[in-house]
Amino acid sequence: MANMAQAVRMALHYAEEHLGVTDIFGEDVGAPLGGVFTATQGLKTAWNSPLDERGIIGMAIGLAMAGSKPVAEIQFADYIFNTIDLLKIAGNTCWATNGDWNLPMVVKTPVGSGIRGSIYHSHSFDATATHIPGWKIVIPSNPLDAYGLMISACQEINPVMYLEPKALLRIKGEERIPGEPEDDKLLSKMIDAPLGDRSQWKPQWPQLEAYAVPIGKGKVVRAGSQVTVVSYGRTLPLCKKAADDLAAEGVDAEVIDMRTLWPYDWELIKGSVEKTGRVLYVNEDTEVTNFGEHLVRRTVEELFYKLMAPPRLLAGKFVPGIGLADTLEMASVPQQGDVTAAIRSLASEQP
Amino acid sequence: MPKPRLLNRDEDSLPLDRELLVRMHDLMVKARVLEERLIQMYKQGHGYFWIGGPGEEAFNVPLGLLMKKGQGPAYDYLHAHYRQSATMMALGEDPIGALRQMKNVAADPYSGGRNFAGHFSKREWNIAPVSSPIEVQYAMAPGTALAQKRHGGDGISIVTGGDAGTAEGDFASCLVWSSRPGNELPILIIVTNNKWGISTPGETQHGETHIADRGKAFNIRTKTIDGNDPINSYLELKEAMEYVRKERKPFLLEAMVSRLYGHSSASGANFVGNEQDCLAVFEERLEKHGILTRKEMDELRNRYTEDMAAMARQVREEPLPAPETIWNHIFAERK
Repeated sequence: MANMAQAVRMALHYAEEHLGVTDIFGEDVGAPLGGVFTATQGLKTAWNSPLDERGIIGMAIGLAMAGSKPVAEIQFADYIFNTIDLLKIAGNTCWATNGDWNLPMVVKTPVGSGIRGSIYHSHSFDATATHIPGWKIVIPSNPLDAYGLMISACQEINPVMYLEPKALLRIKGEERIPGEPEDDKLLSKMIDAPLGDRSQWKPQWPQLEAYAVPIGKGKVVRAGSQVTVVSYGRTLPLCKKAADDLAAEGVDAEVIDMRTLWPYDWELIKGSVEKTGRVLYVNEDTEVTNFGEHLVRRTVEELFYKLMAPPRLLAGKFVPGIGLADTLEMASVPQQGDVTAAIRSLASEQP
Repeated sequence: MPKPRLLNRDEDSLPLDRELLVRMHDLMVKARVLEERLIQMYKQGHGYFWIGGPGEEAFNVPLGLLMKKGQGPAYDYLHAHYRQSATMMALGEDPIGALRQMKNVAADPYSGGRNFAGHFSKREWNIAPVSSPIEVQYAMAPGTALAQKRHGGDGISIVTGGDAGTAEGDFASCLVWSSRPGNELPILIIVTNNKWGISTPGETQHGETHIADRGKAFNIRTKTIDGNDPINSYLELKEAMEYVRKERKPFLLEAMVSRLYGHSSASGANFVGNEQDCLAVFEERLEKHGILTRKEMDELRNRYTEDMAAMARQVREEPLPAPETIWNHIFAERK
C-alpha cells in the first residue's frame, strides 16, 4: 500500500493530467527534491519557488485569478502564519466582490507533531484555518483519503486548505488506492525518486483512477453504541486504536473521522451523539479557542437533552510551542494513552 | 537606462493629437468631479468613509487609456489600489458605480455594499479586487503575469500602489518573483509616489533616493517620472508598456504625483492647496495652445458636476443590501 506522501503525489499527478492543475509549487517542491516529504516528486507541473511564503500565496491567488489551477505548498504550517492576511483575502474574494471573482486554488501544508520537529516544525493549523471564512479545509488521516481529498480539492472552484498530518505522511495505508500496484516495492520503484543523481529520472505512473472523497463528508471508521469519538488527522488513528483496545474492556466506542473541517459533516456527528449520548472531540491543536471548542458548543446547544455526560475535548496544551525533548512533546499533545484514558473515563461517566 | 524626457514648458506644440488631449482632459475632469462628489457625499453623511485619487488623474487617465481591456490572460490585468478612479473612468466605467459603493447600496457593482469607496473590482475587465491592506496586490500580480507569460500574446499585468506601501515585504516579493532568471514576467510595477504615508512624510522613513532604484538590484528596467504631467505620463507609460508587452519582462515605473485631499476622510478630506494640481496645470497648457478655451473647460466641469449631483441624488434613494445577504457568495457555486 502507498504511504500518504505517495498518495498525495499520485493524486497530484492525476490532477495535473486530468483535472487541469497547472502549477504545483513552493519551496523545494520541484526537482530535484520534490518536496521535503517527497509528496511532489516527478510531477510535470512542479516547480521551485523563492523562499517566500507571502509570495507563494500571492502567486497562487494571481494564477487562480487568471484561469490557472495552482496547488501551492507552504513547506511547514509553522511558516504559514506570516501569510494570514493573504489567506483572509483569498477567503473573502468571492464574498467581497459580491460573487464576481472566485479563486480555484489549493494550499497544502504539513501540520502537527509526531516527527520530533521541535518548536517550529510541530505547529497545528486547524484552529487558525477554521477561523478564516471562505476556505474549504480538509485533513486526511490515511493515504486513501489523502488521495481522494486531493482529487476533490483540485476539482473545487473555491480555495481549499489541504492540511497534511506530517506524522502520517510516511505511514502506509490499509486500503488500496484505485490503480496502485499490488506490490509496495514495485510502487516505490515506479514513483519514488532514486537517491543520488535524479537528473535523468522519470516516474512510471500507475494507471490511476478518479477516486474522490467528497469535501464535507465525514466517515464512521468504527461503529459503536456507547460513546462517540470525533477526530481527524494525526489523532484519528490513536482514537481508532483506543476504541479497538477498549472493546476488550466492554467499551463500545464509535469513531468518526471528520476528514473535512469546513464545511463539516454535522449530520454525521449529530446522528452518532444522539445514539450514544456521549462525545469526545480529539485533536492536537492548542486547546484554547480550539476548533473542538466550537464542536462542543454546538453539541451543548443542539444536543443538550440527548447527552448522558458533558461533551469533552482532548487537545494540545495551551503552551507556546512543542519542546524538542521526547518528554516535552509527549506532555504537550495527546498521545495514545491520553486518548484511551479519555474515552474510558467518558464511557463510564455517571451524573 | 533611457534618458529622462525633457519637459519643455515653453514648448511650441503639444506632442499628442488634439483629440487625445481633449479626451484626456475630459476624463481627468470627470474623475476629479467624481472624487469631489464622493467627498461631498461623505461630508453630507451619505457614506462612512472616503478614500480616492484626486491628484493622480494625470497619471491614472493615460494608464486606463493604454490598457488592453478585456477578460482573461490575453488582456491586461490591473492590480490596483484605492486611488485608481481615474483609471476606471478612462477604461469607460460609469461613475455611478463609485457613488453606489460610497453609499454602500445593494446595487454597488464592485462589492454589493460590502466595501469602502474606491475599492473597485470588475472581472469582466480583469480589474482585480482592491483591498484595504496595502501592498498585497504586489504579491498577487506575478501570478496573473505568469499565467499570461504561458498564455502567449501581449497581455500584461499592471500593479499599482503608493510609495509608503513599498516598505512592506510584498513589494520586495514582487521584485523577486518578477525577475527570476529565465522566468521573468510581463509585469508593469507602478508606484505612484505622493511623498506621504497617511500622515507621515516619506523622507522620514525611506533612505532610498528613488524607489525605482530598488528595481536595479534585480536587473529590472526602471524609471522615475513626473506623473503630474498627463502628456509625459502618456508617453512614458506607452514606452514602458511596449517594453513589457514585447520583451515579456518587468518594468518598475515610479510616478511622482500629488495628493490633493489628504489621505482619506480619516484626515478630513480637505483640499490641501500646497501641492501641484495636475488638472489646473494641464488646463493652462491646453488654453495656451488653443486646444480648449477656459469657457469650454468650465462648461465641461459644470456639466459633470450636475450629472454626478443627479446621480448622487438617485443613489441616495436606492436600497441597502438586505440583511440576509451576508450569507451570499461566501463560496462560489458551479453555474
